[in-house]
Amino acid sequence: MQPFRTLTSVVTPLDRVNVDTDQIIPKQFLKRIERTGYGEFLFFDWRQDPNFEINQPRHKSSQILVAAKNFGCGSSREHAAWALSDFGYRCVIAPSFADIFHSNAGKNGILLITLPEEQVQALLDRAAKTEGYKLHVSLEDETVHDDQGFSAKFSIDPFRRYCLLEGLDDIGLTLRHADKLDNFEQAHNTKHWLAPRT
Amino acid sequence: MAAKTLFEKVWEQHLVAEPANEPTLLYIDLHLVHEVTSPQAFDGLRLAGRKLRRPDRTVATVDHNVPTTTNRLIIEDAIADKQINTLRKNCKEFGVELYDVEDIEQGIVHVIGPELGLTKPGMTIVCGDSHTSTHGAFGALAFGIGTSEVEHVMATQCLPQSKPKTFRISVEGELAQGVTAKDIVLGIIGRIGTDGATGYVVEYAGSAIRSLSMEGRMTVCNMSIEAGARAGMIAPDETTFAYLKGRRHAPKGAAWDEAVASWSKLKTDPDAKFDREMIIKAEDLAPYVTWGTNPGMVIPVTDRVPDPAKAQSDNDRRAFERALEYMDLKAGVAIEEIPVDRVFLGSCTNSRIEDLRAAAKVVTGYHVSPHVRAMVVPGSHLVKQQAEREGLDKIFLDAGFEWREPGCSMCLGMNPDILQPGERCASTSNRNFEGRQGRGGRTHLVSPEMAAAAAVTGHFTDIRQWEFKGEEVLA
Repeated sequence: MQPFRTLTSVVTPLDRVNVDTDQIIPKQFLKRIERTGYGEFLFFDWRQDPNFEINQPRHKSSQILVAAKNFGCGSSREHAAWALSDFGYRCVIAPSFADIFHSNAGKNGILLITLPEEQVQALLDRAAKTEGYKLHVSLEDETVHDDQGFSAKFSIDPFRRYCLLEGLDDIGLTLRHADKLDNFEQAHNTKHWLAPRT
Repeated sequence: MAAKTLFEKVWEQHLVAEPANEPTLLYIDLHLVHEVTSPQAFDGLRLAGRKLRRPDRTVATVDHNVPTTTNRLIIEDAIADKQINTLRKNCKEFGVELYDVEDIEQGIVHVIGPELGLTKPGMTIVCGDSHTSTHGAFGALAFGIGTSEVEHVMATQCLPQSKPKTFRISVEGELAQGVTAKDIVLGIIGRIGTDGATGYVVEYAGSAIRSLSMEGRMTVCNMSIEAGARAGMIAPDETTFAYLKGRRHAPKGAAWDEAVASWSKLKTDPDAKFDREMIIKAEDLAPYVTWGTNPGMVIPVTDRVPDPAKAQSDNDRRAFERALEYMDLKAGVAIEEIPVDRVFLGSCTNSRIEDLRAAAKVVTGYHVSPHVRAMVVPGSHLVKQQAEREGLDKIFLDAGFEWREPGCSMCLGMNPDILQPGERCASTSNRNFEGRQGRGGRTHLVSPEMAAAAAVTGHFTDIRQWEFKGEEVLA
């Protein structure tokens, strides 16, 4: 996983609430067995509209998406995170995120930043008004700022921050506890009422 | 000892490690696998040279992509075919038991887990599918995960998890006739919104929940994720034990008694504290129909499509307007006047035997409206077989329904069962997102009874006013 430290990029505003993962990547693209190549299908249905934010040349090569509340709700498909990342997005800012998407994004090096609704609205408004509107994100300092005086601190779970900063593989981290796992499992195996098969 | 909630009791029995400043490592008892979210996880194992740690705690089936027509071994979509074949190869290589299309055990993963007795109270259960919350109906802690986590569980049989908050929703009183488990959960989502339970594990309690069958409880827990919840749970009781007893993988003899003794402790203690509580009166619930493009956009069947001008915020108003445009509906239209083109009876929410019985009771003595194409997709081969033993297939076929083979089908339209652009569907599934059942398709979520009634009349119809012909036909 690519480590995430700082990022400066043009912003794509997506002023919609409850953006679900069915919109981020529609089901017809979930039949592939690969982990890459989903970028071209990102927001496939919405992108049929030439005015859709992501289609606009001013947002080309943008790596920061700003959206309204409950981004990533619905299906657990990690393809949503793969599509965002493959398309070039490395950071999403919103007032809230759905749980499973939150976890999937982290595993793919995408930084999710939660900011209060008024601040997100300010970013959405500025990005809509200003051609080439940019944000500077620092995960090290936990800050977001622009060149027009906007500045905000955000907070993130310390472990998630550490994994993103270092680009760490989760399974490797878990296996540091292999002894505890073996011990736990040995005792747990005797509880036959918690075993799937009898 | 401190009073604990059901969730806390299950959580604490699965703590592998609690490292400082890191998420807890939670042991996973059962990992359910299907074709769509697993190929990249198996690849990851191969790349890293890792084994699948516990094949005995892993079960796979094919459900999302499979055709529901009779010849199921031929899949015309080459990419879907490759995905299914990939699961076959992976299961063989890693020693995972696979219930394939022709096997009697095959079905929607959240239908077969419980019916085979793999799902048990007190377990932790995961699957690369958000509707894994279904299994919480047994007092299990069950939640959907992404593909990286699927790989993580395959490799380690545990998952790093931050501890969720707890939220008890009590539904008290008696449901009116015609108001179902589906209406309980749609009513809840309508009240708290699609992010109303984000960050929480919900425990459903109260007399209306306790009087539900296991099928009904599964319907309620299934849609927990539609309110954003990490999981939904219901404390196991006599109804749970009666459902499980004698199932293929349920304990037998003395082991059964030991199991029931352990499962019986899985109740929230009287003094236990929840982070949040909500009480709903059963009498305030009605048969619901969704009008918009998420499950929170829902109203009683006797209401009218709401006016965006009355939305609580600018953001919500814009979302309402977008939803009405997509759904081709105007504010103020009576729900009962909305005609439907298609009816889908199925999905992990409502495809179990009780759902089919309830719908069959409605259609007995009637015929599907000439303008409607209606389809029943049983949740599993075992459900289908049971329904056929009871003659339900005949009732549906006589009424003009299609009677299909089991799978996820038109809930998400990954197989050929999809809506055409502009088609409107009364669906017993769980998501009415844009394009969910096919690009440009318009989905209205309802209970099986309401779907059956809409199939007959050709528009949404209040099931409470239905004239049942069942007995007169049988007489």
